[in-house]
Amino acid sequence: MALLQLSEPGESTAPHQHRLAVGIDLGTTNSLVATVRHSIPECIADEDCGILLPSVVRYQRQGAVVGKAALAVEASDPRNTIASVKRLMGRSFADADAAMRARYDLVEGKGMVRINTVTGQRSPVEVSAEILKVLRDRAEQSLGGDLVGAVITVPAYFDDAQRQATKDAAKLAGLNVLRLLNEPTAAAIAYGLDEAAEGVYAVFDLGGGTFDFSILKLSRGVFEVMATSGDSALGGDDFDEALAQWLHRQVGGADLDCGANRALLAEARRVKEALSTQPTVLAKVPLVGGEARAVSVSVADFQQLTQALVERCLTPVKIALRDAALSVAEIQAVVLVGGATRMPHLRAAVKNFFGREPFTDIDPDKVVAIGAAVQANVLAGNRRPGEDWLLLDVIPLSLGLETMGGLVEKIVPRNATIPVAKAQEFTTFKDGQTAMAIHVVQGERELVSDCRSLARFELRGIPPMVAGAARIRVTFQIDADGLLSVSAREQTSGVEANVIVKPSYGLTDEEVAGMLRAGFDYASDDMKARALREQQVDADRLIDATRQALAEDADLLSLAEAQRIDAGINALLQVRSGSDHLLIKSAIESLSAATADFAARRMDKAIRRALTGSRVDKLEI
Amino acid sequence: MQDYFSLFQIPEQFALERATLEAAYRNVQAQVHPDRFADRSEAERRVAMQWATHANEAYRALKNPIERGRYLLKRRGVEIDAERNTAMSPAFLMQQMAWREAVEEAAGKFDALSRLEQELRRDEGVMLEDLQRSLDVSSDLPAAAELVRRLMFMEKLRSEIDDALAQLEG
Repeated sequence: MALLQLSEPGESTAPHQHRLAVGIDLGTTNSLVATVRHSIPECIADEDCGILLPSVVRYQRQGAVVGKAALAVEASDPRNTIASVKRLMGRSFADADAAMRARYDLVEGKGMVRINTVTGQRSPVEVSAEILKVLRDRAEQSLGGDLVGAVITVPAYFDDAQRQATKDAAKLAGLNVLRLLNEPTAAAIAYGLDEAAEGVYAVFDLGGGTFDFSILKLSRGVFEVMATSGDSALGGDDFDEALAQWLHRQVGGADLDCGANRALLAEARRVKEALSTQPTVLAKVPLVGGEARAVSVSVADFQQLTQALVERCLTPVKIALRDAALSVAEIQAVVLVGGATRMPHLRAAVKNFFGREPFTDIDPDKVVAIGAAVQANVLAGNRRPGEDWLLLDVIPLSLGLETMGGLVEKIVPRNATIPVAKAQEFTTFKDGQTAMAIHVVQGERELVSDCRSLARFELRGIPPMVAGAARIRVTFQIDADGLLSVSAREQTSGVEANVIVKPSYGLTDEEVAGMLRAGFDYASDDMKARALREQQVDADRLIDATRQALAEDADLLSLAEAQRIDAGINALLQVRSGSDHLLIKSAIESLSAATADFAARRMDKAIRRALTGSRVDKLEI
Repeated sequence: MQDYFSLFQIPEQFALERATLEAAYRNVQAQVHPDRFADRSEAERRVAMQWATHANEAYRALKNPIERGRYLLKRRGVEIDAERNTAMSPAFLMQQMAWREAVEEAAGKFDALSRLEQELRRDEGVMLEDLQRSLDVSSDLPAAAELVRRLMFMEKLRSEIDDALAQLEG
């Protein structure tokens, strides 16, 4: 609630006070949390000194268990022990891949697929929130205070629905999301700031379930993403799966039950990892009836049966190079990210393609969280004097509209720097038409049916006119998180329809609020007292800031606006000393709403001043 | 919102060094980007986002010489309505047909397509110099508009050739 601050843009409001912020890598296989302590980014360990939290959640009647304890019982309770849930984020039942369908009892759910567990149906958002809660608790315990916010990383190739789902999960876990950050970009921050690098870099990020490839230009503290590409359904999991199927065939391949299947998959992963350092590994392949047979796997076997997967990685690489209009020779260095890049044959393929040894200096498991922590620190307002870098990221997939015949008209091309907006004018095609449907899709294909449907909405209340007379201007805005919002206005009559695009696969705001409320009903008295104190602090801060702003810039307000703000302050003062935190919260929200335009005008003034100020600087040079 | 040239504090003309534009763009983004204001209220963050969006659009438009030409013409009251206004000289229409035929003939042949691509690039370079003169020196707006329309055609043709080349490369 840092409204109407007095400091210059970009400067911390209270430099002496370090605000606690974390970066979270919410991975398919493992998740981790990092922070910047005494100017040094570091991963935060749990009580057992473990940094990686297996992204596995086991649902039991008495509650959810997350991490190693859940992973340990995966084979004995496979249906209730959810791993790789990231693969289901923002996905409908029809989108879910075959491996996930075989492993879990998936059911069609409103907006998104659900997983049937012993505690009922769980959405991927809820499962991810369980993982995030553990990391939040870990960070708050280690740092000794409440978090101001978190930067959560997502695969660069995640679409709008997957990003929105990730943001919802963070909200559900009680985290304030400072930014959704693309994973390869996070890795570039960790490397770039570390090495004070300049030039064009490529980040090759093969995680447990997703593959991203990004090309960035680093120049004088600006990280500019030139192109990004990838495959949101390709990762280390697929190598495990391929090896598991091969092992199963080697032993004659009778149908396994669900638990034995999970044991087989876990064994395949162990063998895959061991093959990174050993020429042959003995696999214990589970058979029907609980027995196991030993199968010897050589590096050559593994390479042969996963060569197609390695080659699949190179297609997005070529696309990104082409989009950035660069040749392989112009790439200064390639950075490897993600546990799956430990596989020697994958490394060899990358080295072979780029003609140079890739960078692996920072632990590929930790580098994303480290980069996210560095950005979270800056976004939370802990920018040190001289710490002056900026990130310019892009939208990974083109945004389009459905036109006649189910074709897509692209309106924002992939790799456009965000934030980006595009306005498009539409007209009616029938006399007296008063409503119009707009369908927004994301993807590169020409047919609507081959792209992801993001939102369908209707513009109503168009004044009846002859066909073609109405002018409806629709603005598509993509923010710095890569999330889309849409607004529409009929130009001749000024009818406005503001639509926040909740993807066809998202939870509604009401659903998220409902889940949060349900959690609060069971909160302890301590937590309720804490909530009250937090609201009182926010109330005081808001009142002070508003008064200060009024003292400085009252001329930006009309009399009526000033009166409305005064009334808001008084209303908040009245409830502030009470004991109902929800009442204070709602008074804060009303005052914030009353001051929103004022804050925007002050901000605009500050930016104009800053831009003119920089002109003076330039003349002096 | 400010026009693109005053936003970046660069002279309103066609001639523009890429490095100057880049530095100006980065300077503006460093002041307005939402990341600078992540701890502010939603209303303030929205203002920052609008400025950053404007800066991105301005950068995109000025970076591309054809877009820059279009924008300068628009500022001087000449709209390039490429779809409706196809008033191009007969000589250029003949030239278009010749190119189209050449592309069809070269279809599937990597070397022939590459050669065509290079020829187009060379011609575009000459036309961009003409465009600079007609906008910055002689202020011949009709000539500039015709050049922009021709360049738009050539850019489209060249991107088709690029697509074909990429497909041949696999």
